[in-house]
Amino acid sequence: MKLRAPISTAVAISFGLLVLLGIFIPDLADFRNRILNWAMLLAAMALLLGLLNLAQVHWQRIRGRETPVYSAVLLIAMVVTFAVTLLQGSDSETAEWIFNYLVVPIETSLMAVLAVSLTLAAARVFQQRTELMNTVFIATLLLLLIGAGPLFGVELPYFTRVLNPYINNVLALGAMRGLLIGVALGTITTGVRILIGADRPYGA
Amino acid sequence: MIPSPLAIVALVVALILLFSVWKGGKRRTLRHIPAIQRLQRSIELSVEDGSRLQVNLGHGGLLGPQSAAALAGLTLLQQLAEIAADSDLPPVATSGEGTLMLLAQDTLRGTYQRLGIREQFNFELAQTTGVTPFSYAAGTLPSVLDRTALSTAMVGSFGVEAGLIADAAQRTEGFSLGGSNDLSAQAVLFAAAHEPLLGEELYAAGAYTNANAAHEASLRAQDVLRWAVIILLIITAVSPLLGGGQ
Repeated sequence: MKLRAPISTAVAISFGLLVLLGIFIPDLADFRNRILNWAMLLAAMALLLGLLNLAQVHWQRIRGRETPVYSAVLLIAMVVTFAVTLLQGSDSETAEWIFNYLVVPIETSLMAVLAVSLTLAAARVFQQRTELMNTVFIATLLLLLIGAGPLFGVELPYFTRVLNPYINNVLALGAMRGLLIGVALGTITTGVRILIGADRPYGA
Repeated sequence: MIPSPLAIVALVVALILLFSVWKGGKRRTLRHIPAIQRLQRSIELSVEDGSRLQVNLGHGGLLGPQSAAALAGLTLLQQLAEIAADSDLPPVATSGEGTLMLLAQDTLRGTYQRLGIREQFNFELAQTTGVTPFSYAAGTLPSVLDRTALSTAMVGSFGVEAGLIADAAQRTEGFSLGGSNDLSAQAVLFAAAHEPLLGEELYAAGAYTNANAAHEASLRAQDVLRWAVIILLIITAVSPLLGGGQ
């Protein structure tokens, strides 16, 4: 049992290095693609395990009478969708009906709820956080809203033609690139930490 | 001249190794990130009052560019599980992807085994709550809304749906911290979460909650590279003005 951690770490590091080297060394490209194909198969199996986990959690909730109705609806919907897709295929008429008339409208409704709840959440947060950057955030938001179009039928040319493009194309774009550079640097250092075995997020 | 990706990776490895050995004097401390400090306070409060910590790892898998954000979330989960091991209710991890769920289960099981409390682990501590972005958020909401989890950390790959989870934490007067590799999610979390993590702060969380030498070294390497990028950008912008190029 004590050997398990060093072995899993060695496997993770060596496969990580092989995949990385496959990007730079053309001779290793085929091997890299094969490893990635294995990983995709494993990910598909993991998705199935994830769904079983979801079903198990909600089955326990039905048995424990925590949220029996919601959990029962989820389980029935899951079984019906799985059966339909398995028997008729994912591009069948019934499967497409489930997707177009159940999944899409529900997710769109959640998106609509998000618009309202986000506004309320932002108002609550800004009451609690009275920092300079929050004031800048709100001021920018208001300027962009004013510049987004005619306000009560009145167009304010300075906002729509000068300020709004300047904020969007100069300030916001610069900030976005700065954040993306930060994300890229973080991604590289996280990857390197895993490659050298400093981070082992696989229970080793 | 654009440096090759291999040279960048080699430079990062060299910097991490350098900073692991060279600490740069006793006075050097990590840069101040208020969000992480509030998370630490929230963890302490959760352990004291016996409430649950919830770590949401997002719906990014391990096969794309978003994997680093998910792995940063797993590192945070491992450290929170260690810190909150004494709590009445162990931390719960949610994910919107199968591989991430398996890794979260493995992380929690490995951590509890190392701490000698393996009996506290059960498979329901790491759950898949949905496999599309909004179904994931909808599945995560109940545990936040019923006040089972009063501290919610969202560290991973999220989209705008993270706003729903942050809003739920607001409504239950819980604490929420959020960071994502996605820019839209960062904007949403800046507005909706108590403490947002912006840009590279997402990947720094591990170094602050339970820093080891490699975490600190990688953070310093990240800072050095950030300054190098800033200087290069300034040189690139200024050189045409000084007649150094077109």
